[in-house]
Amino acid sequence: MRLETVTTDILIIGGGAAGCYAAVHAARRSRARVLVVDKAAIERSGCLAPGVNAINAYIGEGRTPEDYVKYARHDAAGIAREDLLLSMAERLNAVTCDLEALGLVIQKDGAGRYAQRGWRNVKINGENIKPLLAKAVRSFPSIRVLERVNVVSYLTENGKIFGAIGFSLTEELIYVFHASAVLCATGGAAGLYLPNGGGSARHALWYSPFNTGAGYAMGILAGAEMTTLEMRFVALRCKGTIAPTGTLALGAGAKQVNALGEVYENRYGLTTPERALGTRMEQAEGRGPCALRVESIDSAAFDALRKAYLNMCPLQALSWSEKKFAAPSSLEHINFETLCSALNGESEFHPRLTGGRRGFALSAAGQFQSDIALEVEIECTEPYLVGGHTASGYWVDIKRRTTIGGLFAAGDAAGGCPQKYASGAMAEGAIAVEAALEDIQTAAAAHCPERLVCKSRDEMLRFLQPGKALFTVDELETAMQHTMDAYAGGMGAGYAFNMAGLGKAEVRISEIASMSEELRAGDMRELKRICELRERLVVCRALIAHLRAREETRWPGYGRNDDYPEKSAAWLRYVNSVLREGRVEIIFRDMAGEKERL
Amino acid sequence: MSISLDAEACVGCGGCMAVCPGMLLEADAKGKAFIRHPEDCWGCAACVKACPVEAAALYLAAEAGGRGGKLSARKEGALLHWKVTRPDGASETIIVNSQNANSY
Repeated sequence: MRLETVTTDILIIGGGAAGCYAAVHAARRSRARVLVVDKAAIERSGCLAPGVNAINAYIGEGRTPEDYVKYARHDAAGIAREDLLLSMAERLNAVTCDLEALGLVIQKDGAGRYAQRGWRNVKINGENIKPLLAKAVRSFPSIRVLERVNVVSYLTENGKIFGAIGFSLTEELIYVFHASAVLCATGGAAGLYLPNGGGSARHALWYSPFNTGAGYAMGILAGAEMTTLEMRFVALRCKGTIAPTGTLALGAGAKQVNALGEVYENRYGLTTPERALGTRMEQAEGRGPCALRVESIDSAAFDALRKAYLNMCPLQALSWSEKKFAAPSSLEHINFETLCSALNGESEFHPRLTGGRRGFALSAAGQFQSDIALEVEIECTEPYLVGGHTASGYWVDIKRRTTIGGLFAAGDAAGGCPQKYASGAMAEGAIAVEAALEDIQTAAAAHCPERLVCKSRDEMLRFLQPGKALFTVDELETAMQHTMDAYAGGMGAGYAFNMAGLGKAEVRISEIASMSEELRAGDMRELKRICELRERLVVCRALIAHLRAREETRWPGYGRNDDYPEKSAAWLRYVNSVLREGRVEIIFRDMAGEKERL
Repeated sequence: MSISLDAEACVGCGGCMAVCPGMLLEADAKGKAFIRHPEDCWGCAACVKACPVEAAALYLAAEAGGRGGKLSARKEGALLHWKVTRPDGASETIIVNSQNANSY
């Protein structure tokens, strides 16, 4: 197979929000050659493909970056690096202003200030955030963008990175990248666990199914230190569409209600994990299905809400329209359908659930004449690994240097800095390339030993050899997801796990990894699917080791260790890991030194 | 989650194939777009917004509560005309101005 070698100063793997912003930031400050490699096209790659409805990390009027640090540490039950959070938070507003300069529409108040939703969010039109970032990237001649190229392995030796290797998805071509510095901006990992929907809904996910944990896996295999993988993220979403719920709760003031019509959110708390846990508790105790309820919404407000969803998750708007058209009286009773139709024949209406509410009428144009109550059924998703929400990812220093020389991480791939969201991911991209630009001035570009390239190339090519495997990629992926679901705290296990089950998971994931060696690809796209499965298996293995290591239940919203169901002050420390000689070795790091690092 | 592609309407411009973050869209022998693995679609609607002739439409999977409605889009300057087609064929258009921020 043909092999093309590309040499650059800074290689950015992944052209999502963090990667694109990092490239633009580097190009503005230097003449260094920047290469962005993405496995799709940067206009819509990454988790912001559908759009986003708000800048979720911003320091509002009268607040400080330190306030943001406090909020994020509290939400993470203390397992978050203050130095990383502060350095990120200090840049949030500059990134937001910059996005506006790049063309992002941000709502202003009468005084010309950004309109806020709470103290940490600003309202935007975020449908086109990725196309805007892509346009900015493409405007710089010093940035080269290479798309439809799947990077699968770092070229490292003795704790130093020389570049990476990947392959084209459109032709038989292997790419070898030589770089003085490499930024991992691949995003987090979806698809490790059995999802809410199966079959044709198997990719109805909270997070992009195309974010397969490649960055984590490449780092783990290269011996990078990873942190807090055991802090999985579980999202609370609209049932079926898996659309965001924050817009309803924070934007439209919706309350979480159970099947009895009781508001239950105050019993459990209002942080992200508490909202998720509360919903599961209500369901477990027989008071589900649960919903988000807006007590009263008029036609114009509902129209605006629908538009907000079109800008970030069009499926939810479609779902409302389908239901609205299905029966004139159904809009008010969007949730509880199964229960209600069982109790009440064809009708979705049930007086016990909706008693006391005003009736309404739909006009021919689909408008309703009087205010209604809007209810949307909610459910929790399967767990994900995502450093932009929780703290999972590479262990980095304040400059976002990983423990591998020359390798940086930003965004969902970088650990220790939860609640960064899109603006924080971009801030990290900027921090990382500033450091990379400094570092490459002082360090001479090292020559990559040829044998490293040969080894990585041969590992890829063997999957293209003739042969036939008994199992398919899909079958092994499902086997992996069932294993994680049953034994490593998936939805099917109520997000709970114990040491015995994790032991089983470890054995089975290792078996599936062995079985994946037999897989064969007919073309480059099939090769990509094999690589993605194998990336996920590497991540699952490390995740299981992390879950076993933390002998407490630190984040009940995200999972419960049944052998250690309580939180313990002794575990206010980081669980890190390094793959050494084929074994996941756990390293504990204490919180001491947080202040010194600031 | 997936999209449907209307082969009659498709003009083979390749716009959808260029933007799909999962690289799921390919050209058939006549150059028309098709999706080989509909179950791999995330439902991001990038292709729907890129299609100049409304041949690409999003639908909600039956397993996810779908009722057979479809969502397509047409861009006119800053305006995005979203069209919901309900199962019985009736339709509704929702116009979103990209120059306006969300109200939520």
